[in-house]
Amino acid sequence: MERLRRTMMYVPGNNPAMLADANVYGADSIMFDLEDSVALSEKDAARWLVYETLQTIDFEDTEIVVRINGLDTPFGRADIEAMVRAGVDVLRLPKTDTAEDVKTVEAIVASVEAKIGRPIGSTKMMAAIESPLGIIKAFEIATASDRLIGIAIGAEDFVTNMKTKRSPEGIELLSARSQLVVAARAAGIAALDTVYSDVNNEEGFKAEVDLIKQLGFDGKSVINPRQIGLVHEAFQPSEKEIQEALQVIMAIDEANAKGSGVISLNGKMIDKPIVERAQRVLELAGISGGQHV
Amino acid sequence: MYKKTYIEGNNTERKRSKLADNLEAAIQASGLKNGMTISFHHHFRSGDYVLNDVMATIAKMGYKDLKLAASSLATIHTPLIEYIKQGVITEIHTSGLRGELAQEISGGLMEKPVVIRSHGGRARAIEAGDIEIDVAFLGVPSADAYGNANGQSGKGICGSLGYAQVDALYAKHVVLITDCLKPYPNMPASINQKNVDQVVLVESIGEAEKIASGATRFTKNPKELLIAKNASEIIVHSPYFKDGFSFQTGSGGSSLAVTRFLREAMVAQNIKASFALGGITKPMVALHEEGLIEHLFDVQSFDLDAALSMKENPNHHEIDASLYANPHNKGAMTNQLNVVILSALEIDTHFNVNVITGSDGKFMGASGGHCDTAACADLTIVVAPLIRGRIPSIVDAVDTIVTPGSSVDVLVTERGIAINPRRDDLIACFKDSKLNIIPIEDLEKTARKIVGEKKRIQHGERVVGIIEYRDGSIIDVVKEVK
Repeated sequence: MERLRRTMMYVPGNNPAMLADANVYGADSIMFDLEDSVALSEKDAARWLVYETLQTIDFEDTEIVVRINGLDTPFGRADIEAMVRAGVDVLRLPKTDTAEDVKTVEAIVASVEAKIGRPIGSTKMMAAIESPLGIIKAFEIATASDRLIGIAIGAEDFVTNMKTKRSPEGIELLSARSQLVVAARAAGIAALDTVYSDVNNEEGFKAEVDLIKQLGFDGKSVINPRQIGLVHEAFQPSEKEIQEALQVIMAIDEANAKGSGVISLNGKMIDKPIVERAQRVLELAGISGGQHV
Repeated sequence: MYKKTYIEGNNTERKRSKLADNLEAAIQASGLKNGMTISFHHHFRSGDYVLNDVMATIAKMGYKDLKLAASSLATIHTPLIEYIKQGVITEIHTSGLRGELAQEISGGLMEKPVVIRSHGGRARAIEAGDIEIDVAFLGVPSADAYGNANGQSGKGICGSLGYAQVDALYAKHVVLITDCLKPYPNMPASINQKNVDQVVLVESIGEAEKIASGATRFTKNPKELLIAKNASEIIVHSPYFKDGFSFQTGSGGSSLAVTRFLREAMVAQNIKASFALGGITKPMVALHEEGLIEHLFDVQSFDLDAALSMKENPNHHEIDASLYANPHNKGAMTNQLNVVILSALEIDTHFNVNVITGSDGKFMGASGGHCDTAACADLTIVVAPLIRGRIPSIVDAVDTIVTPGSSVDVLVTERGIAINPRRDDLIACFKDSKLNIIPIEDLEKTARKIVGEKKRIQHGERVVGIIEYRDGSIIDVVKEVK
């Protein structure tokens, strides 16, 4: 079963207490940030803090992502080296404009893996797209490396480049979100949405989650543990959806048992997309109902 | 056979005022002598001026060798250090110690160990004569000149006077101290005229904002919220969550939040509580006013909203510390309690709880109603983060036992929930639960894995504190830490 990535929680890399507790809130992925939430004077300290955290704390089966600084800064290369050594699951590249950006990082990752004896290709990557150019090149970026598990949209820089600003309805991001999710689907990797900064606006947050879910996104970056439950709730299939999905799967099993080629349920033919949707519903239901009641 | 003893005119002199000129005159008139026991209450928390002002006067008047029996002591009571050094105070009985005073006493300031009692235990000790109060100095937000006092009106209100009521009833001499003199009769009379000897009007009994410690804020700390949510899940899925149940919570962030989470389940399942007990808080008042809690029994109002509510809501009842939790009277409220949520500084793998000494082994907390409610409630839940900074809350052995593990049923942390193995029934009840229920030893191991081995506290040999259990037995001692 493919890993769920409904929520990816930002955790500033220079806050020891938050690092240690990061996985208790039930986010599907945790993203330790070495980039924008860390002051220039703290960059080295944050890198080593995250490194040591990953050596010390058992985050169990939560996916660990680290957002590194760009290679155009003095910190990017050292971040990559330290995080590959730390055994991080996924490196998140900021401000990715072209496929070349992905390939440059990949080459460094591969060299570190070779140096330390980590299996080549075991460090996964994801790319954050934060510019109009990146959106135009989204498919090229998404297919630039086999290591990529997903692409994400970063809204703040993007809307500034677009000479607009963010609105509650998000109309300014509609085109970019649509293009990003199409590119991700075409490449067969995950599509992740940007953060919603006003943590006290629960209603606004829920509306945005509903929107991106409907657009087809896998999940959303979150900046506060309080947002996690809301996203998981939104992605939780309804009882009716679960029942329908179960019926689809049972119909397939029955047809397979009979050796029947054509599968139908309640007089309707079940084709591949219906089966895949049913499987997706059950995947979401399986974990959404999980440990956090 | 029956000789007439009536003498005309003997009973005609009625004193209509008990006002003393000032503190010194009141102390003089109280008959206080060296070696006697004086008492105070802690309803004014860290806003209290009364204890310090009375002690300053007593010290100035040259008294020595007094026993101080306070219901608790706060950070503001640091001046006591000087009076201990001068020999004015040679013995202390209290629920808690904080701040510099706590540090000094932990370091061996006093010859005699401090006696720590729970709120129920103190009421028991007073009623049993273990503590004989000679003079009670009771600060009150308002009083009339004849000794009717309450905490619901005045310059700084504290709501319930539940701890002070016990002293007023049992002290040989009762002095009320107020900064708000009301015309007679000042009603309701939480402390009433028949138990009061003197009333002193002072300029200020304390700092109003700190007396009614303001409105409690709903915590936004995600870890506290997570713990609160888990605790409320335990309650809601326990056999005790049914119409007419009763509960008590502490004042910590997680405890307060539990009340909010409980509300959702109560509304959804149409369950109402018969009463909430103990320290009454704003979230409880909200539930009461919404009709979800029928009665509030208030020994101590934790915030301004609670203090104000007592005046507004007829079913918000003031109760004294004995009715609240004394194990030896004919029926304490705690005996009727279903669920209690308590916090902990430390809890060990035997579920023993420490709420009195910190990670440095020095006094820093209070016994409060912890062991009283734990012993009585059907379901005692302790909430604590697994680690605080670099300090584990779950350890192999607590530094000081205040509440024995046999009275604790469930520990809720952010990384898992442990049920006391003594509670087979609860373990069976949560067997198929989706909650992350694990052995307490696993929580201790996880804590150790994150923060490493804890350095043992280096206590000296001298005993600086005796921890009394609610029934008067000694459950532990605290040894000095230099």
